[in-house]
Amino acid sequence: MIMTVSRKTLKSFPTHIVVFLAPAVLIYSVFMIYPLLDSIRLSFYTADQAGVTTFSGFANYVTIFTDEAWSNSFWNAFKNNMVLFAIHMAVQNPIGLMLAAILSLPRLTGRHTYRTAMFMPTMMSVVIIGFVWQLILNPLWGVAESVMDLVGLADYFEPWLGQEGTALVTISLISVWQFVGIPLMLLYAALLNIPEDLVDAGQIDGANHWRIFWYIKFPMILPAMGVVSILTFVGNFNAFDLIYALKGGLAGPNFSTDIMGSFFYRVFFGFQLQLGNPTMGAAVATLMFLIILVGIMIYLFGVQRRLNRI
Amino acid sequence: MNKKHLSAGMVHTLLLSYTLLALWPIFLVLINSFKTRKAIFKDPMAIPTVETFSLVGFDKVLARSSFDIYFSNSIIITVVTLTLTLLIGAMAAWALSEYKFRGNLLMGLYLAIGIMVPIRLGSVSILNLIVELNLTNTLTALILVYTAQSLPLTIFILSEFIGQIPKDLKEAARCDGVSEYKIFFEIILPLIRPAIATVGIFTMVPVWNDLWFPLILAPGEEARTVTLGVQQFIGQYVTDWNAVLASLTLAIIPVMILYIFFSRQLIRGITSGAVK
Repeated sequence: MIMTVSRKTLKSFPTHIVVFLAPAVLIYSVFMIYPLLDSIRLSFYTADQAGVTTFSGFANYVTIFTDEAWSNSFWNAFKNNMVLFAIHMAVQNPIGLMLAAILSLPRLTGRHTYRTAMFMPTMMSVVIIGFVWQLILNPLWGVAESVMDLVGLADYFEPWLGQEGTALVTISLISVWQFVGIPLMLLYAALLNIPEDLVDAGQIDGANHWRIFWYIKFPMILPAMGVVSILTFVGNFNAFDLIYALKGGLAGPNFSTDIMGSFFYRVFFGFQLQLGNPTMGAAVATLMFLIILVGIMIYLFGVQRRLNRI
Repeated sequence: MNKKHLSAGMVHTLLLSYTLLALWPIFLVLINSFKTRKAIFKDPMAIPTVETFSLVGFDKVLARSSFDIYFSNSIIITVVTLTLTLLIGAMAAWALSEYKFRGNLLMGLYLAIGIMVPIRLGSVSILNLIVELNLTNTLTALILVYTAQSLPLTIFILSEFIGQIPKDLKEAARCDGVSEYKIFFEIILPLIRPAIATVGIFTMVPVWNDLWFPLILAPGEEARTVTLGVQQFIGQYVTDWNAVLASLTLAIIPVMILYIFFSRQLIRGITSGAVK
């Protein structure tokens, strides 16, 4: 690349800047940007049995959206992923907000200990957390059932992870349990940054904690809520580990827990009898990229801009 | 619910119940991994006693799998990635925030793409690249990919910190004729040590925990990481409760010790607004 830069620009470009930038730019470009672009390129190719790729235009995309088996799998994964995201937005972020609001109350003792404990699951591997919950929810062990028995709900216990109708919600809630630490910490940080005189002014006007929270603090942390939402979105549409650990590549029962990440893995790498198809996988990855891009655009131009106006 | 009437007692009850919910599942796995099979099923909630204590699960895990190799692989990958990312990330962050050159803003934006776009989406081409470089089933492959993955956020956070360093320090050194390299390595690097520690933890956690790239680039036994090792082991011995619980405990304990050690640093990093 440096070869193509003309002598004149090189002269105006001090060597030390190049030396400082080059290693990072090189590794980042070769192992991140190039693969992302090359993956998009590959999505316009098809490979024959010998692995020779030929340009085929939008053929892969046409297959994904018009072939019945393919489009069913794609839309099933997309729908399940939206459910996963909706559950995170509806459960994880409100719980995170509530805990952050309580932790940021003035004169609270034990703040550090609570924070440290609540953030612990977030640090663990998704795979480990998945297996931990699989054991707990396993009817053979009966731990979940006996805990429910303590509050008289034992009759309502079912093997949630194994049933087609409940597996996705259960997995989503396991993920919520693990990652509640992220909204908790980011919103807590935002709450701590609110100037004290604003809260004092509210108190002088006779507002109680509840009103101070909703009318003074909450509007101030809306930008942080926006960040939490977009992080949740990108994280959910990139998720894979939990599904693979608990349900394998087939995302069972009957693909009811299949999300974009596991669908991508199966198409790209194959699973059991299904052969992997890298160029088709590249097409799925490109579609995931577009979905994430749309999410980021909505955030940047819809949410963040409106928030800045407040 | 009126917060005015939310007493200290109620606040602590709420916080304690959530803390219990967050820690109990992990605690349960830890205590049961030290019990006999009979005791695991008879009374899961009991802590191990002299009669029920057993290390049979750990014996099985160590006998049937190469956990020691997985651990050393994970440690090597994490430490080398961390060192590489922090060093070249800090260098790039310094260049971006210190020197006003043409294309500075564009370069900053280019490096920021990776903060939001997940590197996994390039996996098809990453695998091709690693195969071409003859690096499948090597730790090097994972280190290179993880370094690329960690650089954008590292550079972003470190530039913010470097931007806050007072000008006089650098200008004084420049008047004395100190070279730009010396300024960076001997003045700037020591100054941003606290920020480097915070960024280090952010980098380390996703690398240590990742399942995707080990599965795709290095599934072989000799380059297997702890996360993949546990996943494969449990898949194989799913009915052996002692072994499953012991393998989970082996994976949990080191992370837990590190976390307890560094949690203050990490949480301070997050709450000080290092990540926005």
